[in-house]
Amino acid sequence: MSDAEIGRALTDRAYSQHRRPPRKRGRGTTFRKPSAIPGFGAALGFTWLYLAVVILVPLGAVVLWTGSLGPERLWQIASDARVGHALRLSFGLSLAAAAVNAVFGLIVAWALTRYDFPGRRLIDAAVDLPFALPTAVAGIALASIYAPNGWVGSIIPFKVAFTPAGIFVALVFIGLPFIVRTLQPVLADLDREVEEAAATLGASRAWALLKVVLPTLLPALLTGFALAFARAVGEYGSVIFIAGNIPYVSEIAPLLIVMRLEEFDYGSATAVATIMLALSFAILLFVNLVEAWSRKRLGHGR
Amino acid sequence: MAADIALRFPATTAPSRETPPAPPPSATTETPATRRVVIAISLAFIAAVLILPLAAVFTEAFRGGVSKYLESFDDPDTWAAIKLTLLVTAIAVPLNVVFGLAASWAIAKFDFRGKSVLVTLIDLPFSVSPVVSGMSYVLLFGAQGYLGHYLDTINLQIIFATPGLVLATIFVTFPFVARELIPLMQEQGSSEEEAALSLGAGGWRTFWSVTLPNVRWALLYGVLLSNARAMGEFGAVSVVSGHLRGLTNTIPLQVEILYNDYNFVAAFAVASVLAGLGLVTLAVKSALEWRYADQLAAGRRR
Amino acid sequence: MELKIRHVSKDYGTFAALHDVSLDIRSGELVALLGPSGSGKTTLLRAIAGLETIDEGQIFFGGTDASRTSIQQRNVGFVFQHYALFRHMKVADNIAFGLRARDRSRRPHESEIARKVKELLELVQLPELGDRYPAQLSGGQRQRVALARALAIEPQVLLLDEPFGALDAQVRKDLRRWLRAIHEETGHTTVFVTHDQEEALELADRVAVLSKGELQQIGTPDDIYDRPATPFVYAFIGDSSFLPIEVRGGEAVLDRSVLPLGQLSAPDGQARLHVRPQDVVLRPTGEGVSGRVTLLRRTGAFRRADIEVGDARRRIEAQLPPELAITEGDEVGLHFNRFAVFPSDAPHSTAPN
Repeated sequence: MSDAEIGRALTDRAYSQHRRPPRKRGRGTTFRKPSAIPGFGAALGFTWLYLAVVILVPLGAVVLWTGSLGPERLWQIASDARVGHALRLSFGLSLAAAAVNAVFGLIVAWALTRYDFPGRRLIDAAVDLPFALPTAVAGIALASIYAPNGWVGSIIPFKVAFTPAGIFVALVFIGLPFIVRTLQPVLADLDREVEEAAATLGASRAWALLKVVLPTLLPALLTGFALAFARAVGEYGSVIFIAGNIPYVSEIAPLLIVMRLEEFDYGSATAVATIMLALSFAILLFVNLVEAWSRKRLGHGR
Repeated sequence: MAADIALRFPATTAPSRETPPAPPPSATTETPATRRVVIAISLAFIAAVLILPLAAVFTEAFRGGVSKYLESFDDPDTWAAIKLTLLVTAIAVPLNVVFGLAASWAIAKFDFRGKSVLVTLIDLPFSVSPVVSGMSYVLLFGAQGYLGHYLDTINLQIIFATPGLVLATIFVTFPFVARELIPLMQEQGSSEEEAALSLGAGGWRTFWSVTLPNVRWALLYGVLLSNARAMGEFGAVSVVSGHLRGLTNTIPLQVEILYNDYNFVAAFAVASVLAGLGLVTLAVKSALEWRYADQLAAGRRR
Repeated sequence: MELKIRHVSKDYGTFAALHDVSLDIRSGELVALLGPSGSGKTTLLRAIAGLETIDEGQIFFGGTDASRTSIQQRNVGFVFQHYALFRHMKVADNIAFGLRARDRSRRPHESEIARKVKELLELVQLPELGDRYPAQLSGGQRQRVALARALAIEPQVLLLDEPFGALDAQVRKDLRRWLRAIHEETGHTTVFVTHDQEEALELADRVAVLSKGELQQIGTPDDIYDRPATPFVYAFIGDSSFLPIEVRGGEAVLDRSVLPLGQLSAPDGQARLHVRPQDVVLRPTGEGVSGRVTLLRRTGAFRRADIEVGDARRRIEAQLPPELAITEGDEVGLHFNRFAVFPSDAPHSTAPN
C-alpha cells in the first residue's frame, strides 16, 4: 500500500466515522449504516437467496436427515466395524499426511521465501499443482506411478498402491499447498531483527531457529495443518484410484458414503457423513484452540 | 581538535591481513551447506510429490504414440463428456461471477448486521467434503430425498441429470470469485464510488465504469480458479451423476470410466486435456500474481 | 572495553555505505553516531555488532580483531530500533534468552539466571513485569526490556540503534536521562545511533558525525557545535548561513568588504564563509560587511533577521536581541563573532581549518 493509499484509507475511515452516526432505526437496532451508495438491498438480497438455495438448504437437508435418524441409529452405524475401520483409516492417514506435510511444507516454504535459487518461481508456481490438477487426474496418475509396475512401485520393496500407504501418498499430494501457502506470507513478514537479536545474544543459528523462529511460525503452521487435514479427510477423487478400496483394509469414509448413496441407503450415508463432520469439527476445534492460544501469546505489534 | 578528527593510522601499524578473511556467518541465514540441503530436500519433495504425477499423466497418455493418443478422442462418449462439461461450466461459472459481484458489493461497500456470518458462510463449501456436498443434493432431490416424490410428479429430474451436475459444480466452486473480490473491494473502500455518484453517475454506471475496472484482475483470477475447479470436479459430481455413459458423465467421470475399463491410454489421454487446462490455469494465475500482485487482494493466496 | 574501528569500508553494489571510516571509542565512553538517513551510521553500528560484513578494514574489541569473528562470539549487547523482543516469550524469558542460549559448559544454573533476571528487571525499573508478554507492555517498557536483555549477556560493548526513535516526545526525554543514569551505573562502552542532534549532543560524551558513509568529525558536543570541522557539520548541526567569498592573502574578500581571517587559514581562491545566526552582530553602517535587513520576526526570546549581503544579495540569518532598534530596510554593518571558511571546492570530508 502506498503512502497515498494509506492516507486515503485513514481519511476514509475518519470521514465515514464522522459522517455516519449510529442512527436508531426500527425497534432500536440498526440493521445497516446509511450510505450514499445504491444497490444494497438488491445485492444483499440476491447474495442471501443464492447462498440459501445453493448451500444452506442442501446442507440443512443433511442436518434434518441426521435429526430424523435418531441417536440410536447413529450409534448403531458408528459402531459398525466396517464404518469404524473406514473412519479410523481416514482420520489416521489424514493426520499423518498433514503431519508429514507440516514438516516438508515448512522446509519448502522456507526455501521458497528465504533462498534464491534457479527455478524458484517455477517451483513456487508448481506448489499449486494439487489445486490446479483435477483430483481424478491426480488419482490415476498416482495409481500408475505406485502400481507394482509403475515408476516408483517397481523400485520400492513394498507395496504402496492399493494399500493404506497409497492413500497416504495421495493425501500428502493433496495437502502440501495448504501448508506452504499458509506459511509463505508469515515467513515473508517475519521480522529479521528478531533473528538478529537472537544472534547478538549469542544464540547459534540452530538455537535461534528452534527457540525464536519456530514458535513464531507455530500458529500459521497449525492453521495450515488444520486446512490440510480437513481437506484430506473429505478427499475422494485422488484417493479412490490408488486405494484399492478393500473393505477393512483400504476403504475410506467418503467412499463409504458414495457406496451407500448408490445403494439408495441415504440414512447410512448421512450417518457416516455426520460422524465424519463431527470428528473433523472436534479435531479442528482443538487445533483452532491451540492456534488461538499461541497467537494470543504472540500478541500484536512488535 | 585535530586529534579528534578521524585518527588515521599509518598503514604499518595496522595489523597484517595475511590470514585470509573468513567472513562471519550472517545472522539471519544458514550456512551455504545447510542452504543447499534445504533446497535439495525441497526440490526432491516437490519433484516426487507434485511433478512426478504430472509427468506420469503425459507419459501414459502418449505411451502408444501420437496416433493412439488422438484415437482416444474418437469415442462419442468422450465427446459427449466434453460437451457436458463445457455446458455445466458455462452455467456454473457465470452464476458464481454474478453471485461474487453481488456479495462483494454488499459486503465491501456497506456495513450491516450479520456481515461476518455471511462471510463465514461463503467460505463454508471449502470445508465440506465434495462427497458430502453431492450427497446434500441427493438428500434433497434424489429418488428418496425430501423433494424426490414431488419432482417425480412434475417429471423433473435433477439427480442423475444435468441440473444436478450444475448444482454440485456450483456448490464446490461457490466461494472462488467472492473470496477474491471481497478483500480487494474492502481494501479499496467506497470513496471512488462516492465520487462518481457525486458527479452525477447512476448506480449501474458507477458499477460498470468505476468498480468493475478496479477489480478486473481479481475477477479474472477468481473466474480462472472457479473454471478450473468446475471442469475438474470429481467427488461432488460423481455422487449426483449416476454415471450414464454419453449422458451424465463429465470429463473427470469419463476418465474414471475409461480407467476402470482398463483403457489406460484413453483414460490418460482424456486426463491430459484436464491436466493441460490445469497447467494453463496455473500459468495464467502465476502471471497475474507476478504482474498484477498489487491489484489482487492480499488474501490472494489460498 | 575499548573499541577501535580502522579503515572500514562497505559497499552495496555501487553505493558506498561506509568509506574508510576510522574511529576510536574509549572504554566506558558513551558515543553517538549522528547523521542523516543514508549516512551509514546504522551500517557502522551493525558492522560493529557483526550484523553486517565489512569489505575492508578492521574492528578491534580491546586488543583483538573482531572483524572476522561471528556475531555470537563478539558478545555485544544490541538494542534494536523496534526492540525485536521475542513475542512468544515472557519478559523474564526474553531477558534470560542470552544466558540460556550458551552452550552447556558456560550456561549458568537456572537459579542463577533467575537471580540475574530479577536484578536486571530492578535495574530497568520493571520489577513487577517479568511475567508479562511483550505485547502487554508500552513502548517505553519494551525499550527497557530490550536493554535489560542486551545487558544480561554482560556485553563487551552496548550498541543501540535509534534507541528513542519509536517513542513519543515525553517518554523520549525521560528515557534519555534514564539511559544516561544506567550508563553511569554500569559503565559499559556504549555506542548509539541517532538522527536527532539534540539527543546526540545532550546524551553523548562524544559525537561522531557521518555523512554519505564518511566520518565528518568526532568530538565532544562543544567541539561539534562550536568548532565544526567540515561544511557538512556546520550545516547539519544547528542553524547556519554561508556566504560565497574569495580568500586573498589571509583575508576574506566579499565584494568591497574585507574580513581578516585571524587564526583561520585557508588557501587563496573561492571559498565559503559559514556563520551561525547567534554569531552575527550588527554594527553601524560602514563597519564590517555591509548588508540590508529584509525581514524581521520574533522567535521566542530573540528576534530573527534576514539580511541581504553583497552585490549578489545573498541572504544570511542573524539572531538579535529583541530590544535592538532596527526596522526592515535598514542598512547595517555586520561583524561575525565566530565563523569558519572552507574552500568552495573542498571535498566533503576534509577539514580545512
